[in-house]
Amino acid sequence: MRDEKLIRMANQIAAFFVSQPGTASEGVAAHINDNWSPPMRAALLAHVAGGGAGLALAVVEAAPRLRPPPARAAKA
Amino acid sequence: MKDFILPGRDMGTPARKGAPVSLTIDGFAITVPAGTSVMRAAAEAGIRIPKLCATDSLEPIGACRLCAVEIAGQRGTPASCTTPVAPGMVVHTQTEALARLRRGVMELTISDHPLDCLTCAANGDCELQDMAGAVGLREVRYAPGANHFAQRAAEVANPEWRPKDASNPYFTYDPAKCIVCMRCVRACEEVQGTFALTIDGRGFASRVVAGQDVPFMASDCVSCGACVQACPTATLQENSVIAIGTPERSVITTCAYCGVGCSFEAQMRGDTLVRMVPWKEGKANRGHSCVKGRFAWGYAQHQDRILKPMVREAITDAWREVGWEEAIGFAAARLSAIRAESGPDALGVITSSRCTNEETFLVQKLARAVFGTNNTDTCARVCHSPTGYGLKQTFGTSAGTQDFDSVEAVDCAVVIGANPTDGHPVFASRLRRRLRQGAGLIVIDPRRIDLLDTPHMGEGLHLALRPGTNVAVLTALAHVIVTERLYDEAFIRARCDWDEFADYMEFAARPEHAPEVVEALSGVPAANIRAAARAYAAAANGAIYYGLGVTEHSQGSTTVMAIANLAMMTGNIGRPGVGVNPLRGQNNVQGSCDMGSFPHELPGYRHVSDPAARGVFEAAWGVSLSPEPGLRIPNMLDAAQSGQFRAIYIQGEDILQSDPDTRHVAAGLAAMECVIVHDLFLNETAAYAHVFLPGSTFLEKDGTFTNAERRINRVRRVMAPKNGFADWEVTQLLANALGAGWAYSHPSQVMDEIAATTPGFAGVNYPMLEARGSVQWPCNDAAPEGSPIMHVDGFVRGRGRFIRTEYIATDERSGPRFPLLLTTGRVLSQYNVGAQTRRTENTAWHAEDVLEIHPHDAEVRGVKHGDLVRLASRVGETSLRAEVTERVAPGVVYTTFHHPGTQANVVTTDNSDWATNCPEYKVTAVQVSASNGPSEWQSDYAALISLQRRIAPAAE
Ligand code: SF4
Ligand code: SF4
Ligand code: SF4
Ligand code: FES
Repeated sequence: MRDEKLIRMANQIAAFFVSQPGTASEGVAAHINDNWSPPMRAALLAHVAGGGAGLALAVVEAAPRLRPPPARAAKA
Repeated sequence: MKDFILPGRDMGTPARKGAPVSLTIDGFAITVPAGTSVMRAAAEAGIRIPKLCATDSLEPIGACRLCAVEIAGQRGTPASCTTPVAPGMVVHTQTEALARLRRGVMELTISDHPLDCLTCAANGDCELQDMAGAVGLREVRYAPGANHFAQRAAEVANPEWRPKDASNPYFTYDPAKCIVCMRCVRACEEVQGTFALTIDGRGFASRVVAGQDVPFMASDCVSCGACVQACPTATLQENSVIAIGTPERSVITTCAYCGVGCSFEAQMRGDTLVRMVPWKEGKANRGHSCVKGRFAWGYAQHQDRILKPMVREAITDAWREVGWEEAIGFAAARLSAIRAESGPDALGVITSSRCTNEETFLVQKLARAVFGTNNTDTCARVCHSPTGYGLKQTFGTSAGTQDFDSVEAVDCAVVIGANPTDGHPVFASRLRRRLRQGAGLIVIDPRRIDLLDTPHMGEGLHLALRPGTNVAVLTALAHVIVTERLYDEAFIRARCDWDEFADYMEFAARPEHAPEVVEALSGVPAANIRAAARAYAAAANGAIYYGLGVTEHSQGSTTVMAIANLAMMTGNIGRPGVGVNPLRGQNNVQGSCDMGSFPHELPGYRHVSDPAARGVFEAAWGVSLSPEPGLRIPNMLDAAQSGQFRAIYIQGEDILQSDPDTRHVAAGLAAMECVIVHDLFLNETAAYAHVFLPGSTFLEKDGTFTNAERRINRVRRVMAPKNGFADWEVTQLLANALGAGWAYSHPSQVMDEIAATTPGFAGVNYPMLEARGSVQWPCNDAAPEGSPIMHVDGFVRGRGRFIRTEYIATDERSGPRFPLLLTTGRVLSQYNVGAQTRRTENTAWHAEDVLEIHPHDAEVRGVKHGDLVRLASRVGETSLRAEVTERVAPGVVYTTFHHPGTQANVVTTDNSDWATNCPEYKVTAVQVSASNGPSEWQSDYAALISLQRRIAPAAE
């Protein structure tokens, strides 16, 4: 999966939840957990671990709440 | 007597609603609603009064006088079609005097009619013949004289004679046979709403003319066929009937084109389809249709149809025709090998919104239960996925709230990002009828759509916004409603969460959402935004209808939420005449979403991570299911390029042509090792396929489609599949080759499985559909009769939820290099990627995609009407012809995507909706310049496609 595309998608999601009442990172995490396949979550988590360049703050803050992908997908 | 009346018989005049009125007709007592005509009352008693100008789809005009009756205590012989019943009326329909009168009327009519019945196309299906028989006409005593039917009299040409008008590819107008009953003129006005026909001249000289007496094709006629259906003679006749003869039986089925889901009688002779006639009892269309459903079915017999399976090792090889067994074996072996090597998540499917519910259910079951992955998606992704998401968040259910009949009670219709006269024509006709009765119209769309130009009472309000600013404009409407206190407090307190509304009120009231501020970025005058908000809020019944102009944006889901907010705050939910109505593109978009086509949702919109929902299917299917969401189409293509996704089964979709950013799609497909395309034609995607499985048309299979009003309609097989198998059988062959052990012998068994696993469908089965015709889901113990209108006593999710709708400008902005905004759409005569309609005579209307451009933008670029122009965006370029028109605002250009040669999606980008990845087709920054030929991509592509389409000659 291309990282810049995932970054753009994650940032779009963040922009929506930042405009909502409540904690944006919770909304971001829930949305990504519901909709992103394990390899996509793995790639995003790897990007965050590598410094998270280009990611909105709410995405970085959502990272600990993301469901870890099952082992099979994580290595792909 | 009443017991013998078959449904569908012509009752003469339309049904009325009213208090019961009792009368006697020919000695029979009958009770009918007040306002009913004597003719209809008689028909209900089983008595058919002779008639020519009356038919029950049209208001009566009393022109022919054939239907005269005697009424006790009244003088003369009133026309029964225009005389309403009265209490205690005593009517006689057959007396000596009436018989004489009727014979006189018929004699006069027949004296100006050719007597060539034996060779006439309407022979056996002509009401004039029937009436001549009914009234006992035995002779015509008029000497031959002035007439309209003889080409020559003695040696001189007859000035009254006119040649046939065969300009329309589907029907012929033969003026020689016209009896001037005016049914066609009324049908065009009342049923279709186009006003293309008039009666020219008076008395003997009067005749039917299209437009200003021009050929039909040169008039405003949109070829809906309503006039042909209404004509009692052979004057307006389907060409297929002229060619084949009259039909001998009919089968009720459902149109396979758009989300209106019109019901049709497929009228057959043997296994030859003679004509499609919209079915009067059809609840979505009430006896009307458009040019596509009625006439454009020729593709089913088109020579381009591929009827034999084909395989090839590599996409650079020529196709090899093989038997079904070899093709399925080839596909199964490749799928198994890839799964063994890379795991189930390297496989996936795309379901079709053109196929039946049962077929879609089986394809997603193939992915989840047989492949073992949730990698299933549908082309509904690219059109209405934001509708599902937005309405589920706000109301609790992923569907529109009304039935189409609801339009008859609308007082103010708001049409957003939709062009119903082209996209959903039968709905448009029903809406126009309501507009003529005085309902208000507000259109929110960058283009001046035809609906605004229909003759109706009052002026429509057009908010011609800049593409991409929907959320800003809709939030500004909310701003006006909250700051001017136009909201329905009682409704909100009773049905929604007041605190959430209070939050939204505070949000919408912020100064940045005022119309005066939004005017600057949307280009819509603040006064118009205010007027629209006030009109919608003040209407007794306000209804919102919207289309792809809402969903296909980076903020598509937010726009759907903004629409839901407006409906809730004005209390426009839960009764006839109101609601939020998505106009779905393809025939089964609703159904394909309902059936679990999305990678994160099992059938019935239950998330794959929900153990209870998974448990239901695990028990039914005897497998364990993955709790992880699968890949969406764009993500599949990305994953293919990085080698993680390797095989796909695509049923009835052409993603290469329909999905945005064609190069990205092509690269993704080219990277896969097993692409299985299951379709009618070698579509564009098939250029990248290794296995081609021939598909069947809707005429060749049983099943159900679910239309935009959640109505489950039956599709019935009228002829055997030319390719040998219905699509559901092909999916089953593939599943069983992978060891699934499925044993369905009829789609009704698949529906039973759907009903057993999906709560909203619990009450649906084929015997019930057979008995009731159709039903709207949810249909279960809580709603055994189905649900025409949703959220009547409360929202499905409990309380309606207001969600803030912050406008976030799309990344796709016009700038110096790409100063114009491109938006895309469709035309009436063509359908989606055009694979079917391009293979019919419908090309007479839309032979190529054109680029609409405002005269000002055209002039500064030196572009003239009809010029070939180059259309470029940051991702690609194509060329097509320019149409200079003021329909589009300065700064905006518009095109359609029906023709593969144009490849409009070469220029659309991979931007997408934040929540669902629905692509942003409706906004692309572009530049337009003069061109002298096809773009490089177009020529390369044409060469590539013809190379990859080769079929090896059959080996002997
Ligand atoms: S085909 Fe339809 S639009 Fe054309 S003249 Fe007949 S009724 Fe009118
Ligand atoms: S064309 Fe047919 S429907 Fe129209 S006036 Fe003539 S006979 Fe009647
Ligand atoms: S295309 Fe749509 S409106 Fe036209 S006949 Fe088919 S379902 Fe009806
Ligand atoms: S049918 Fe009543 S006047 Fe023609």
